Amino acid sequence: MIFFNFLVFPGFLFSAVVGLIAGWIDRKVTARVQWRVGPPWYQNFVDFMKLLGKETILPQSNKTTFIFAPFVGLISVILVATLLGKLLMDPTQSFLGDLIVVLYLLVMPAISIILGASASGNPLASTGVSREIKLVLAYELPFILAIVAVIIKSGANIKLGQILSAQINNGAVLGSPSGLIAFIVAILCMQAKLGLVPFDVSEAEQEIMAGVLIEYSGFLLAIFKLMKVMLLYVMPLFLISLFWAANINIYSLIGKYVLLLVIIILVKNTAPRVRVDQAMKFFWGPISLLATIAIILALSGR
Amino acid sequence: MKNLKLNALTKSLWVFHLNVGASCNNCDIEILDLLTPRYDVERFGIMLVGSIRHADVLLISGALSRKAAPRAKKLYEQMPKPGVVVAFGSCSLGRGIFKDSYNSLCSVDEFIPVDLYIPGCPPKPEAMILGIVKLIKKVRGIK
Repeated sequence: MIFFNFLVFPGFLFSAVVGLIAGWIDRKVTARVQWRVGPPWYQNFVDFMKLLGKETILPQSNKTTFIFAPFVGLISVILVATLLGKLLMDPTQSFLGDLIVVLYLLVMPAISIILGASASGNPLASTGVSREIKLVLAYELPFILAIVAVIIKSGANIKLGQILSAQINNGAVLGSPSGLIAFIVAILCMQAKLGLVPFDVSEAEQEIMAGVLIEYSGFLLAIFKLMKVMLLYVMPLFLISLFWAANINIYSLIGKYVLLLVIIILVKNTAPRVRVDQAMKFFWGPISLLATIAIILALSGR
Repeated sequence: MKNLKLNALTKSLWVFHLNVGASCNNCDIEILDLLTPRYDVERFGIMLVGSIRHADVLLISGALSRKAAPRAKKLYEQMPKPGVVVAFGSCSLGRGIFKDSYNSLCSVDEFIPVDLYIPGCPPKPEAMILGIVKLIKKVRGIK
């Protein structure tokens, strides 16, 4: 049953298919914003299939880490997808501290990109790596502060299941002022975690080509692309289950998910790319301040 | 299985654009026309990518210069196979107005193997789309 959960239903296969379709929604909405038609719905599946059939070129430097890194990221994302999927099906199936496990696992994709890109030995990739590290340092602080606000709101629980059931009983965290502020902070951090514009400095296509992914080709690139689109499925779902889970039947989940997805895609299409120092100032300055205000409001019971 | 891979390849061509030295840059501007709302080749899965490692198509414009020639060869070798090379515009096809230049070596196809030629100075976007159609037919083996 565990293997079925991990490999098929809430885990790998399901989240891969949903993620690839979410990636298509991203491309389609982007195209419509730019007054284009955009690709057909199966485009990302075709891209994935094509990359599997291409030659995989390995660099001279550190082959083991280079091959290993994409799988580390992918497996972490699958684990988060499995945990969240099981949880949303049955909130009682939860263990103490699974929120913290999920938080750690959600950092792993960034770390896998950092590892793989450093192993490639490409100078442009190393530029991308340094930017990615700075970005991780920048967005993790407000992200965790926002989640602390949620923990306080739901009565000092670090069990995701209890956070969910607290929301089902007392209404969504989003409904309170502190929850709303923390939600806005978390959306901005999610934008950076997903590596979307305005926070895509690490793979800025125009200045450092593909940045961190520059040396990846074929099968390994396909794994990285799959990891990115699965993160596009997992991250909004995680935010929904933390902030907006008063009602977790399947239709409201899909509606909320698509709404969040379209919001981040619209932000992506209307904002210019910021430099990495601007991103750090942004996250450590006003955004962390907002998250702190949310914690203070939550502590005072609002 | 091989057929599936080929079909997938022709439905998602990722293009790496390379300008090999001497040119007036008009071809490079014309390529961007294909991505605008009027032509929108992303409908067919065609994207510009930043790294040659991700590319299926090496799109070469401009007349080959002495400085750029070894780099063009290197990029051709770095492209993961299966991949195709497209020579684009009069300059890369036959050196164009740079025929008598001291800096111009030879046309692109004398230096690296070229699968598709798109003539014009610059080629119209319609001509480019026709070229892509011919390329896809060639890759799939349709006469």
